[in-house]
Amino acid sequence: MKVIKKEDLDDFVDELIAKDEREVVGVKSKDSKYVFDKLGKAEELELEYDVTILPPKKYFMPQRETLVEYETREGIEMKAVNEVVPRIIIGIHPYDLESIKQMDKVFADSPEDGNYLEKREKSILIGVNMQQFSEWSFAGSMGTATIEDGYDLMLTDLGDRYAVEIGSSKGRELLEEGSLKIRDAEPEEIEEVEKIEENIQDEFEKELDFSPRNLPWLLAEEYGDEDFWEENAEDCYSCGTCNIVCPTCYCFDVQDFNDISLEEGERMRQWDGCMLEAFAEVAGGENFREERAERYRHRFMRKGRYLYNRFGDIACVGCGRCASQCVPDIADPTNIFNKLWSDKDE
Amino acid sequence: MNKKESPYLPENATILNVEEMAEREKLFEIELDSGDPLGHEPGQFVEVSVPGVGEAPISVSSSPTKEGNSFELCIRKVGNVTNVIHTLSEGDKIGIRGPYGEGFPVEELKGHDVIFIAGGLGIAPLRSLINYTLDRREEFEDIKILYGCRKPCELLYEDEVEEWRGLDEIDYRETVDECPDDVCWEGNVGVITTLIPGIDIDLDNSYTVVCGPPIMYQFVLQELKQKKVPDHRIYLSLERRMKCGVGKCGHCQINGKDGEFYVCQDGPVFNYDIVKDFEEAL
Repeated sequence: MKVIKKEDLDDFVDELIAKDEREVVGVKSKDSKYVFDKLGKAEELELEYDVTILPPKKYFMPQRETLVEYETREGIEMKAVNEVVPRIIIGIHPYDLESIKQMDKVFADSPEDGNYLEKREKSILIGVNMQQFSEWSFAGSMGTATIEDGYDLMLTDLGDRYAVEIGSSKGRELLEEGSLKIRDAEPEEIEEVEKIEENIQDEFEKELDFSPRNLPWLLAEEYGDEDFWEENAEDCYSCGTCNIVCPTCYCFDVQDFNDISLEEGERMRQWDGCMLEAFAEVAGGENFREERAERYRHRFMRKGRYLYNRFGDIACVGCGRCASQCVPDIADPTNIFNKLWSDKDE
Repeated sequence: MNKKESPYLPENATILNVEEMAEREKLFEIELDSGDPLGHEPGQFVEVSVPGVGEAPISVSSSPTKEGNSFELCIRKVGNVTNVIHTLSEGDKIGIRGPYGEGFPVEELKGHDVIFIAGGLGIAPLRSLINYTLDRREEFEDIKILYGCRKPCELLYEDEVEEWRGLDEIDYRETVDECPDDVCWEGNVGVITTLIPGIDIDLDNSYTVVCGPPIMYQFVLQELKQKKVPDHRIYLSLERRMKCGVGKCGHCQINGKDGEFYVCQDGPVFNYDIVKDFEEAL
């Protein structure tokens, strides 16, 4: 573990912004909320924040990105495209780092998705331990309040300085790149970080009443309780906001966008959401998840069971974004999961 | 994490021939511009690309045993992409990705009776296997084909069907839901399930392969149950929104209490015994 003074970290970030060829992005405040955005100078960086509106997933799987460029003047010509902007991303909370680890598995699964993987590979992730807590977060219950890997560098606020944990050779190389004033951590500082990480676990207002390891079987058992799903989905607008803000939602649609000549254009993928009514509809009109309750159940099944079955991860990291953004307030996973848990013996 | 070839990049292909089959369906013969065969198994599908319009998943309708390197797609005009495909003609270019998915278990079916039950456009994927069994007739026992559509004018593959009607080596039966008074129709009138009671099924030695519109499955499966056909001897081909074809986009996932499938990778052909408990499958 290393230690750097706060003003030296600011200098380091300013130096990266000025000299590093990668784009430097970090957490900035926007109105009363926070977002990941491009940094113009280090002082814009807000490392004390509760949660960002969107997770950093947008840098590896943009809201809309080109997969293929085509041209149809003579016959057809198509070429694969990947618009990669290498980035240094500063200020990622552990739950978001966990979600990135999960997405890495999804897109590396055969056949590999180079559009995601290359963006991911060319990015540097600088995490930060949480100091503020969203009232909707339950990362403590999901085991994602702190994290041991998945970052290149990890910062912990120690008052006038940051503890810096090196997570990869990419992280080490970044430290070596700048004229950085950094030193080894003292034993007291290491102990302080450990104490901070321990205390973070208890900072969450929301929690699961049980270990999330129970989710896969619990959801299977309660899958058939149609009354339960219908009752809870009753107020759902099918707006898909919970999908859009989720760090582990990665479903997408693909559409062609012609330029004005109508002879060339781009095939783009864009975020899609399983809560949207037409998600499982096929040409001809058949909709295989026509009912709101079916779609509502599907989202929870994805988070707690399906992706676990496929990749071994509980695909809810407890960030609370879905719950905080849901207008009718029916998306809170702790509410649903805890109800299922208490209903299980009935 | 090295840069790999994009799974989303189609190969160029050329339409060699277009045949009108019915009001909404045309048969397209297609060859990859590489000259390579598609390399598909009966029952697999491809993503057909019309740059500027989009992609649509279409099951391959020809058997890999067909001569030459071309393959055939029977396409119903039903959405943005397929509407445009219907305007294309010989020599036009399209994009192809695939073949994708799990097709029919040809090796498992060999040495057994095979009963085909096709409703409407369901004949398109089944034809890849029907023609396979006809081309390698000696590798299979009795072949029965039950084919139903709504009206006589919706019958697809008319020339081939005419051949099937005359073949001694197979038992071909057909039905239409309704027949207008002014149309000559010698086959049965009634829904596809009305053909099932009349056939003999050797329960120990036959496989039944079913494809049709979603509504058809429950009735056909009920009828097969009446016949005491074991569930594991039934194969189905399911339709879903297979947008990416490579198990990523999430659209074709079907779920049940005990698990989940991605139709584009785990299907589109499924053993009924495996999917019967999947609430969203049928």
